Amino acid sequence: MGAHHGPAAGLSRWLFTTNHKDIGTMYLWFSFAMFILGGSFAMIIRAELFQPGMQLVEPGFFNQMTTLHGLVMVFGAIMPSFVGLANWMIPLMIGAPDMALPRMNNWSFWILPPGFLMLASTLFMEGGAPAFGWTFYAPLSTTYAAPSVTFFIFAIHILGVSSIMGSINIIATVMNMRAPGMTYMKMPLFVWTWLITAFLLVAVMPVLAGAVTMMLMDIHFGTSFFSAAGGGDPVLFQHVFWFFGHPEVYIIILPAFGVVSQIIPAFSRKPLFGYASMVYATAAIAFLSFIVWAHHMYTVGMPVAGELFFMYATMLIAVPTGVKVFNWISTMWRGALSFETPMLFSIGFLILFTIGGFTGLMLSIAPADFQYHDTYFVVAHFHYVMVAGAVFSMTAAVYYWLPKWTGRMYNENMGKIHFWVSFIGFNITFFPQHFVGLAGMPRRIPDYALQFADFNMMSSVGAFIYGASQIMFLYNVIATIVAGEKVTEDKVWDGAEGLEWTVSSPPPYHTFEVPPQIDPSPAHG
Amino acid sequence: MASSQTAPAGYEKYYVPESSSLALRATIGLVTTVFGAGLMLNDMTFGDPEASSSAKWVLIAGLVFFVMTLSSWFGTAIRENLQGMNSAQLSHSYVLGMFWFIFSEVMFFAAFFGALFYVRQLAGPWLAGEGEGGRMNGLLWPGFEFNWPPTATPQEAVGGADSQLIANNGLFTTSERSMAFADAHHWYQWLPMWNTLILLTSSFTCHVAHTGILKGNRKQFNVWLGITVALGIIFLALQVAEYYEAYAHFGLTLNSGIYGSTFFMLTGFHGFHVAMGMTMLLIQFIRSVKGKHFTAAEHFGFEASSWYWHFVDVVWVFLFLFVYIL
Repeated sequence: MGAHHGPAAGLSRWLFTTNHKDIGTMYLWFSFAMFILGGSFAMIIRAELFQPGMQLVEPGFFNQMTTLHGLVMVFGAIMPSFVGLANWMIPLMIGAPDMALPRMNNWSFWILPPGFLMLASTLFMEGGAPAFGWTFYAPLSTTYAAPSVTFFIFAIHILGVSSIMGSINIIATVMNMRAPGMTYMKMPLFVWTWLITAFLLVAVMPVLAGAVTMMLMDIHFGTSFFSAAGGGDPVLFQHVFWFFGHPEVYIIILPAFGVVSQIIPAFSRKPLFGYASMVYATAAIAFLSFIVWAHHMYTVGMPVAGELFFMYATMLIAVPTGVKVFNWISTMWRGALSFETPMLFSIGFLILFTIGGFTGLMLSIAPADFQYHDTYFVVAHFHYVMVAGAVFSMTAAVYYWLPKWTGRMYNENMGKIHFWVSFIGFNITFFPQHFVGLAGMPRRIPDYALQFADFNMMSSVGAFIYGASQIMFLYNVIATIVAGEKVTEDKVWDGAEGLEWTVSSPPPYHTFEVPPQIDPSPAHG
Repeated sequence: MASSQTAPAGYEKYYVPESSSLALRATIGLVTTVFGAGLMLNDMTFGDPEASSSAKWVLIAGLVFFVMTLSSWFGTAIRENLQGMNSAQLSHSYVLGMFWFIFSEVMFFAAFFGALFYVRQLAGPWLAGEGEGGRMNGLLWPGFEFNWPPTATPQEAVGGADSQLIANNGLFTTSERSMAFADAHHWYQWLPMWNTLILLTSSFTCHVAHTGILKGNRKQFNVWLGITVALGIIFLALQVAEYYEAYAHFGLTLNSGIYGSTFFMLTGFHGFHVAMGMTMLLIQFIRSVKGKHFTAAEHFGFEASSWYWHFVDVVWVFLFLFVYIL
């Protein structure tokens, strides 16, 4: 057991690894592969919607595409990408030698690929893949589901197990592995947001497991959880699902907040404004996420008292989220700003996420939601949050830490072009969807009325532009790894702060086997 | 590196295991198990009842491989601990891991309790026509009255599946009897009460075993831990008897509408967790009796299992209250 053991040779390095950097790398590549897969489903959706009328695919297959696009993007692309980032960065940021439970860490990763193989294989099963939307409402997903739903359920179970183990590992790492002197209020904000995210995951992934288990029992064993004929209620499914689903939204966005809170100070050359308020705001958002779930269900026929409670609770979320947005802006105020690619994506995040936040506020108003519900306005809203929020921030993170991970600098010009093409392509895709949604175009429909034709064509063109820009991203990353210009400094960005910039680029296989000395001065102002 | 290479006072090196095939083997076991289960369920529900299926062999092979891998995994962790590789810090990682694992289990049960409360407090009365949203149900399920335990499913209230207005997704018939406390004269025949006593006692005996090992008294530890395991087995046997009674004499099955659904899922998952906890405690018992493992200072394997045991006990108290009594 040598102190400076390097990686094993060949495939076994990746199969048997217990190293947080290897596992982080595998998560990141896997999530990118899923991003491409989910993205190609989206391309099929947009190609079908390019013109009114039925063009390319059967309606049933279209429904399978919307379902799998959502599932693959949420569970396969966004969540694992941030888990990968957590694996790479949390031990480096808190001065830990590795994750707290390294073997379990490897298991958390390795059950993901077969889980998604199982999910994707439903496409080739009799009756086709799940076609009931990523929210899989009963009774579409029980009484009327194709037999492949059984494998869908088990795939969700596997992904849930992976998430729970990964989160337990992150919590144990953050609580137990901080270098001496690294107090909670000295942790980088990315670590804070992940600690809270991991708590949310441990709290709600089991509830999702409960929901799909009830489905499984209803389908195969004659129970009646979601069947009124037996005294159950299909709406019960929606309650259980969204009790998971709403925290899930913050599970996706909180690590993105963390990333942006690292990058904006670095390129503003100022400490993060209002560090403590950022921590409290994150905790407040996490708390509120447990008491707002039924705002997804305003039109389902809840009592008015329920509608009002969930409406006001939802609106409260705007307060801590606003704190964050103002803090990021204040961090940039009078900073020595420079606009490298990570900063561009972070500012893009800030603007577009705020738009997504405002449309969320519109949707939170129960009476108004009766108009917006299940329209393209909702689609536009959550893509502003999921893509311009989570994916933009993840992209920023890759550009920001890639020189640290690889010891090589990416092509800055190509990065900037990637940003502008993404930014423009994204807005062409999703901004018009607000208009068609407000005008009444329903979501998850392969055909539409003629008055929506122009905006849909714009949307499709934008989607192809955005999709193509990701190829540029892939090329840039690979070119960097293979032949990027070597980075000599430990601290790649002059304004960057944190322990990860005290180790070499690329870092040695094992870092902080001896914990670093932490500056004993008081925590962030 | 900016940091100095000298370790701070009181620092022990954190043991990061070398690469290991355990995770990959566990993956193969888990995925094969799940895949086999999926095949088997689909054959059962959608398949040709005449055709023979090899799905159960996939399931069994996966399960055996998975259990073997897990035991070799836990064996490795135990061996590392005995060899003194675990620093105090690493031991604390295991403590945190177990704590948050139990928390995730709490949330799993919360989903099913939530379903029970929702059905009993909201959905049931609405189905019987109560409230603003209930009006439509008066048309869909005329004659349905909500009671708990239910006297009829909505399907039965409208005269069977054929007279149902909305899509049919099965036959749901109410049981002749529920599991609620029925007869004050024969209270001693009411199994759930005995099960409650047994499980509460077992939590106590588990605690006595714990105080034994804390004093370094192995005999007290072994005896009381053995009693705890035995009580767990008796509980499970009574649970099986209760299920037999439900199916054979009460007509209470998984098809008995929402009462049967919630009853069997809540008690079934609880029973499964008791079986898991009992197995964990049994392994600790064997470790102590055969291997002379555990000291007054170091007995985390037992401690973690005992937390799990107290957890299933607490779940049972809620079950007893909300499933059987109220």
